[in-house]
Amino acid sequence: MPDQVPAIQVLDVVRDYPRPRTSLLRPAPVVHAVRGVSLDVKQGERFGIVGESGCGKSTLLRIIAALDQPTSGHVVVEGTDITRLPERRLRFLRENLQLVFQDPMSSLDPRMRVRDIIAEPLVVQGHPASGERVRELLEAVGLSADAGDRYPHQFSGGQRQRISIARALAPRPRILIADEPVSALDVSVRAQVLNLISDLVDELDLTLVFVSHDLSVVKHVCDRVAVMHAGQIVETGYTGDVYAAPQHAYTQRLVSAIPTLQRALSGATTSDLLATKGEPA
Amino acid sequence: MRRLNPSLVAGGVIVGIIVLMALVSFIWTPYDATFVDPSIRLAKPSWEHWFGTDKFGRDVLSQIMVGSRTTLFVGVVAVGVAAVIGVPLGILAAMVRRWPSEFIMRANDLVLAFPALLLAIMFGAVFGASTLTAMIAIGIASVPSFARVIRSGALQVMRTEYVLAARAAGRQPWPIAVRHVLPNVTSLITVQASVSFAIAVLAEAALSFLGFGTPPPTPSWGRMLQESQEFLFSAPRLAIFPGVAIAIAVLGFNLLGDGLRDRFDPKLEDRR
Repeated sequence: MPDQVPAIQVLDVVRDYPRPRTSLLRPAPVVHAVRGVSLDVKQGERFGIVGESGCGKSTLLRIIAALDQPTSGHVVVEGTDITRLPERRLRFLRENLQLVFQDPMSSLDPRMRVRDIIAEPLVVQGHPASGERVRELLEAVGLSADAGDRYPHQFSGGQRQRISIARALAPRPRILIADEPVSALDVSVRAQVLNLISDLVDELDLTLVFVSHDLSVVKHVCDRVAVMHAGQIVETGYTGDVYAAPQHAYTQRLVSAIPTLQRALSGATTSDLLATKGEPA
Repeated sequence: MRRLNPSLVAGGVIVGIIVLMALVSFIWTPYDATFVDPSIRLAKPSWEHWFGTDKFGRDVLSQIMVGSRTTLFVGVVAVGVAAVIGVPLGILAAMVRRWPSEFIMRANDLVLAFPALLLAIMFGAVFGASTLTAMIAIGIASVPSFARVIRSGALQVMRTEYVLAARAAGRQPWPIAVRHVLPNVTSLITVQASVSFAIAVLAEAALSFLGFGTPPPTPSWGRMLQESQEFLFSAPRLAIFPGVAIAIAVLGFNLLGDGLRDRFDPKLEDRR
């Protein structure tokens, strides 16, 4: 049964980056970006990965998308081990797994028209890239059909992120990976983009892997969450449970650092939040 | 309202005048630039001959006008040779793995370390002095600067998320180079081309002066300078006119290059 095969399985993935040598005698120093991460994402699940900047979230995503290779460990996507597969054998992955990136400024080629940006995955994968399909995608993300003739710099951050989402959906993927898709946006448009992702995931029956440094954003979108800290996953569970009763000390600090309306009304200030964050668990 | 950059305007106007002069010289010059009239040797500037005549009685203004064709032609071909070799080399060095990239860049440094004029003189000695040899030699000597600049630009483009998105869509490395990297380094190519153009103009003048460039009787600013040497004290204007023409052309292309660089520099975007 295909439903029983997990959409994504990450098995003990390690990713080390060698840094330039600083001495002739000593070996080159190594940065341990990801240290033995394992996780399963079920078909149709909305899975969140949360952690502070530099904890290895983006590296892990790139390894899952076969844009980087792990130092050791395996990644299995829909039953196929993609680790160290040559690019020509990754066609199924390129069709079924797409990404939305963090920075809407740098994730769209400034020299390409929006319609060419959205049609790129279709053209590359040999699908018919008709104007009709591009218009359909633009409308699905809430942009007008004539947006296709314009260039990315003519759009706002939120609109660019919508273009990015349209591009990701173009090849009709089954898995969508979103790498901090709202962290570069104004607070006022975050909710709109989050709702759009959420609606599209429901409508198209997608598996979603959503990465954020903001637990409240993950809570809004995801069923399950993995908390990452210093290249390791320290806690995994249903979002509600992790949020309500965090087990690991790091998660407790993350949860306590979320500003809420009740706490603001009861007089908590930023310095209070920082003080709580610094407290030993 | 976008403020125009003064360097860009000044450079554009100077280069525009030189191009116009070269184009006009095809259909009209005051006199035939190669017509020898011994009766008016070394004539001073007058209403008949605005810039005077040279030791063979040829009209200097006509020679300067026709000489601008040589200058532009040399610039275009030399920059063309440099760009056609240097740009793909720079992109290649940015895309391949570390060691092949190091190899390309060190080979590049070798050519860069070799004096350009010496290379051109060697070419002239081996293949015979001609405008074509000079152009190719100057072009080859300009390859390293193109390769360096384009490599650093391409490395930046390769790190962007739109290249990552293209990879995630399944685009192969070489199509990425053509579809994403090349269009996003065109501004660098334009700036480097205008700077190299100025260098090429100066190099051609130097080569012609040394007798390794454009052979007579085709007019060339560098050779006009060389021929003026013996009259430096009796008729300094023969050196001044082509000298000033070279200086203005080089200044024009340098200003244009500076202006274009400012125009394309994203850090200056807010000031525009």
